[in-house]
Amino acid sequence: MRPTLRASEGFPYLENTMGEQLTGADILIRALEHESVDVIFGVPGGAILHAYDSLYDSSIRHVLARHEQGAGHMASGYAHATGRVGVTIATSGPGATNLITPLADAYMDSIPVVAVTGQVGSRSIGLDAFQEAHTWGVSMPVTKHNYLVTDPDEIASTIREAFHVASTGRPGPVLVDITKDALFAEGTWSGRGHLDLPGYKPSVKGHPKQIKAALAMIASSKRPVLYAGGGIIRAGASKELTEFATAQNLPVVTTLMARGAIPDSHPLTLGMPGMHGCYTASTAIQKSDLLITIGARFDDRVTGDPAHFAPLAKVIHIDVDPAEIGKIRNADVPVVGDAKAVLTQLIEAGAKDLAEYGTPERADWLATIREWQRNFPLAYAQDDDGPILQQFVIDELSRHIGPDGIVVSGVGQHQMWAAQFWQFEHPNHWINSGGLGTMGFAVPAAVGAKAGMPDSTVIAIDGDGCFQMTFQELITAAVENIPVKIAVLNNANLGMVRQWQKLFYDDRYSGTELSASIPNIVMLSEAMGCAAFRAETTAEVIPTIQKAMAVNDRPVVMEFVCDPDEMVFPMIVSGGSNDNIIMGPEDL
Amino acid sequence: MQHVISVTVENKPGVLARISSMFARRGFNIHSLTVGPTEDPKRSRMTVVVDAPEMEQIVKQLYKLIHTLKVTEHIHGEAVEREIMLVRVNADPKRRGEILDAANIFEANAVDVGVKTITFEVVGEPSRLADFLEIMRIYGIVSLVKSGRIVLDKDVKSQPKNQRKTAQGART
Repeated sequence: MRPTLRASEGFPYLENTMGEQLTGADILIRALEHESVDVIFGVPGGAILHAYDSLYDSSIRHVLARHEQGAGHMASGYAHATGRVGVTIATSGPGATNLITPLADAYMDSIPVVAVTGQVGSRSIGLDAFQEAHTWGVSMPVTKHNYLVTDPDEIASTIREAFHVASTGRPGPVLVDITKDALFAEGTWSGRGHLDLPGYKPSVKGHPKQIKAALAMIASSKRPVLYAGGGIIRAGASKELTEFATAQNLPVVTTLMARGAIPDSHPLTLGMPGMHGCYTASTAIQKSDLLITIGARFDDRVTGDPAHFAPLAKVIHIDVDPAEIGKIRNADVPVVGDAKAVLTQLIEAGAKDLAEYGTPERADWLATIREWQRNFPLAYAQDDDGPILQQFVIDELSRHIGPDGIVVSGVGQHQMWAAQFWQFEHPNHWINSGGLGTMGFAVPAAVGAKAGMPDSTVIAIDGDGCFQMTFQELITAAVENIPVKIAVLNNANLGMVRQWQKLFYDDRYSGTELSASIPNIVMLSEAMGCAAFRAETTAEVIPTIQKAMAVNDRPVVMEFVCDPDEMVFPMIVSGGSNDNIIMGPEDL
Repeated sequence: MQHVISVTVENKPGVLARISSMFARRGFNIHSLTVGPTEDPKRSRMTVVVDAPEMEQIVKQLYKLIHTLKVTEHIHGEAVEREIMLVRVNADPKRRGEILDAANIFEANAVDVGVKTITFEVVGEPSRLADFLEIMRIYGIVSLVKSGRIVLDKDVKSQPKNQRKTAQGART
């Protein structure tokens, strides 16, 4: 039996308020306060008006987004950066449907987000009332769980459950749809309510037998690779990952969602594998005899054709979600559990053998890996007189901002270059849309990250295509005093799509050309209350970064005019084998 | 391949939609689905007969739903399977005798008799219902309605545990 937590346990001052009569809206805001929510990203409207009225008296900060999609991504950015639950709030109908993309995005990347939406009055549901949408039904397939609340007395316990479900097990978004009458009517405040989730018991620790089996397999492996995914970040298991990899002498590849899970400067870190991963990371997997997969899900961007992925490897698969195990690749040793807990078990259970037999050397394997690293590094050649290369800009930004900066990206070429060339040293410092691939993610997610981590430098690396999807949230940033930095790599094209057209569609650039001059990004940014600078030549790159670094009182936008023909390499053709890595245009 | 599973769920609004949508998302066709209360009024039990190449993934996905309490896949022969059917057949007065004789063999009850038709109620294993329909096709089936299958595993306490199959998986 799960013990029922009394409100008084965490909030002694609440004792006196039990039984107090409050409106549903007041109960909602008080319940959010009790979840230690400090900021909410949202847009008001008719059905959620009562909640906004109660929010007016609350200590919770409200950030007024310019679009609900922005509000949703802000909540995700906040959650990515802080590791806590991000909260977004919107009205019924279009407010709620505008949240669907960020919810789907958070669902794919397992980001803990709670969305609160207003719903039309319970008597109007199903009657095509003004601003009515079937939010529960629409959001069901893109949330971990969702609720429709029609009774003010159920609001507090629903909010508590929503936060619990969003943040435990495999995290994910939870939506709470509350009818207007439930917000308006009076209910009884009876504390935080209780968790009534008999069907929800996420595993935390791995089965000791499986831990033993995993350690035995690792001990006998000649060519192991630790395949670390975003689950490491979500579980806060970076320290344990680094300790375990070091103790067992395991080379580590970090997926797109796991960049920073182990420092890039660590000698065992091989970088990102997959479609645009580095040669060594992808090849080490192909040649390995054992994959120790933790919090990763054999995504098609990592595996290419699964039939040819790591053909020689046995697999230890550690995941908090049992449905991930065996989904794409059969696991020889499945371990269901939280990454942090299981890594701790592996460290503790493995310590005795390590003390007795010493750290496995794996000298041949590591030497082979070093040779790949020497022969096939990630590289670019910036010509002083040539067009600005995107990789050069990212390299310089990384150098100037340093590993303590939080980096956010949109989706496309710039995202891949950022994942490749940024030097990541810490977890929760790389925020991007991995699973859903949501263009326009960067600007609002950066605003959310900065709201959650106001003392950190937050920089978004964006493309001009992505930027034009959500730049209006820079208005939010300027008005709300959230001084993010945005670097727009402007190649006047939807670059990644153009790259595919160049490679696979005979240079037929159908629908990918944006405009080099419209919008004028500097003028547009200034109009939105930001400082803005443009670099058109290579020589202007560093001075532009320096100017932007000096602006800290408002958002700042750097526009780098880049070469539309620059392509992301290495590249593995979609659905192809990871043995066939295209290193550059000369391989085509 | 046809699979039969039982899903015990919390008796909450929307839970049927969650379960059925899970099958739809995988593109699996539900052959029949029945829902009803159990011995515990807080729980409902669904019996789903589904055409699917494999069940492991869908069972795990079902467990991921917050309101799912237990998922069991039934093995044919190790479970009691029942279905109820109402079937209306053409019954020309001249052939009524032979129709009723046939119905008698299947313990089918005539629950409604019209001028030109008889409606039978048949309860039993799905194969028995199918056999009865086969016979009745000779006379012509006017309408047919089936309840969908309900299933309960046989009490196999004497059987070794490893021969029983319960779909396992924790929830996340």
